[in-house]
Amino acid sequence: MNDNTHIDHKSHGYGVYVLIWFALMALTGITVAVAGINFGALTIATALVIASVKTYLVLTVFMHLRSETMVFKIFILVALFFLIISFILLFTDYSFIVRN
Amino acid sequence: MSSSEHTISHVHRDDVASRMGMWLFLFTELLLFGGMFILYSVYRYNNPEAFHLAAKELNTIIGTFNTMILLTSSLTMALSITAIQRNNKSLSIFFQMMTVILALGFMVNKYFEWGAKFHHGIYPGSDQLLSKPAGEILFFGLYYVMTGLHGLHVLIGICLILLMIYYTAKEVITQDNYMKLESAGLYWHLVDIIWIFLFPLFYLIT
Repeated sequence: MNDNTHIDHKSHGYGVYVLIWFALMALTGITVAVAGINFGALTIATALVIASVKTYLVLTVFMHLRSETMVFKIFILVALFFLIISFILLFTDYSFIVRN
Repeated sequence: MSSSEHTISHVHRDDVASRMGMWLFLFTELLLFGGMFILYSVYRYNNPEAFHLAAKELNTIIGTFNTMILLTSSLTMALSITAIQRNNKSLSIFFQMMTVILALGFMVNKYFEWGAKFHHGIYPGSDQLLSKPAGEILFFGLYYVMTGLHGLHVLIGICLILLMIYYTAKEVITQDNYMKLESAGLYWHLVDIIWIFLFPLFYLIT
């Protein structure tokens, strides 16, 4: 085998994907069920936390991040970090403008 | 070693770089949608009541159903890659076709959902929408732009996966060389992730 054509992906079994799919479906059910209950300010936080858990499952299993090298994981963490920074900076700036 | 042998044994291919390139592209998509999510959060922060009222007009059942369809299509896409890894060409094609069918189902639902809104006179620029409070106009503006852009991504994804079915059938995508399918899969899962956030933010505001 040629050294630059190797595929270093481990093959995941079919079962793992089906299991993750069940988890994603269950989480969708929970989001819809919880949306009916009024937690006040926590309602949107709950929805976002569940969405983040679902995203984590899709990223690690469906998008094979768990079998990728460290470089990929750092890559994605840096991207997410800057996305979150842009959100935080915008909101601090925005609330400052609103207050004045 | 003759030169022809050289070209045959050293066709340049770098699977890690292909995947990394795809991830880089996905980051640009993240910024595209990220900007819209920022816009959404600022407007929602300013108009909590109007967003709440406007979101009541959306059909939660269709939204939930579409979420389930999209999650399932992500599953079939992932399964098609496992199938090709195990050299099961026909099973891989079957799963890719399932993905396309589910994606089309998503778009059909979207068509009926948007169609019902249009029927009730709620579409960008309509008199009925413009007579609503500013916050609700913003909500529907964001709703049409964000789900519309997401729908466009679904359509592009359908074309990509159809191309992958063709490549798999022609054995361009094989057990030893399936990075095209892997990249199409990464794109498809990103479309799924965006919907995972769009769904509670538009359909489940209480």
